[in-house]
Amino acid sequence: MLSQLDKEIIRALQEGLPLVSRPFLALAEKLGITEDELLAKVQDFAERGVIRRFGAAVRHQDLGFVSNAMVVWQVPEERIEEVGRLMATFDEVSHCYQRPARPPDWPYNLFTVVHGQTPEDCREIAARLSRASGIASYRLLFSVAELKKSSMKYFVEK
Amino acid sequence: MTLDSLDKQLLNLIQSHLPIVPEPYRKLAETLGTTEEDILARLKRLIESGVIRRLGAIFDSRQVGYSGTLCALKVPAERIKEVAAVINSFPGVTHNYLRDHPYNMWFTLLVESPARLEATLEEIKKRTGIEDILHLPASRIFKIRVNFDLGEDENA
Repeated sequence: MLSQLDKEIIRALQEGLPLVSRPFLALAEKLGITEDELLAKVQDFAERGVIRRFGAAVRHQDLGFVSNAMVVWQVPEERIEEVGRLMATFDEVSHCYQRPARPPDWPYNLFTVVHGQTPEDCREIAARLSRASGIASYRLLFSVAELKKSSMKYFVEK
Repeated sequence: MTLDSLDKQLLNLIQSHLPIVPEPYRKLAETLGTTEEDILARLKRLIESGVIRRLGAIFDSRQVGYSGTLCALKVPAERIKEVAAVINSFPGVTHNYLRDHPYNMWFTLLVESPARLEATLEEIKKRTGIEDILHLPASRIFKIRVNFDLGEDENA
């Protein structure tokens, strides 16, 4: 369980690390704790997995990964684990999740996001995943418009 | 914006390893053979131009105690703007994309509790009049790759 102080620290950290020489000191002063206490807390969050990653979230479009597609797969229930693990090993796959199928409208139960230079690349990657896994029923969903993209802010709604 | 070779090295480094030390920018400068001032100026530019979306902690929504889901609905072309405005008005909706499928609007939703999740979906149905919403919470995560930002901090 997170304490009240934990939540306050999360609220402060999610505003971004200040661009000053001692950013943890700057945040700690606002929180009324010491720099050492804050550093220890951030380390602890990182070790416990509360912080998945301490780094920069980068817009990959700006770095040359220009195309991505959500590829959804219809996988027999008994093969989900094996196929999920297999697809996760591909470098071009950034995300691989199992989700419930909602037949008949939505028969797909495994979701991957694949990245390439072009849409054609993404189709080829999907075809390779299909050959490797033997899962023939799949579909690519390209995004045609971004309607919203924002970073999550925790513990701000009351 | 144009990235020079040091910008790229810096981005590569800080995507996974921003040092958790009192003077992280000085540490980065030492690693890259430049000055702390140079690193700070570069980061400021990368943040202002939107290349860096967030610097610092990327939280695991589940570990933080939040519940998330991925949802999709069928929105007629002439209602896309209006329906997106309703859906995007919820702060827990962090991503919303139009995709080429009959279920054309796909959004992620993160909220403080499972009850809140249901309540939010009910409100979206009520305010849009669209009853058929696919509700697809992840039951298992095989991979979240850290150096792509596509929804990784959402974990919905």
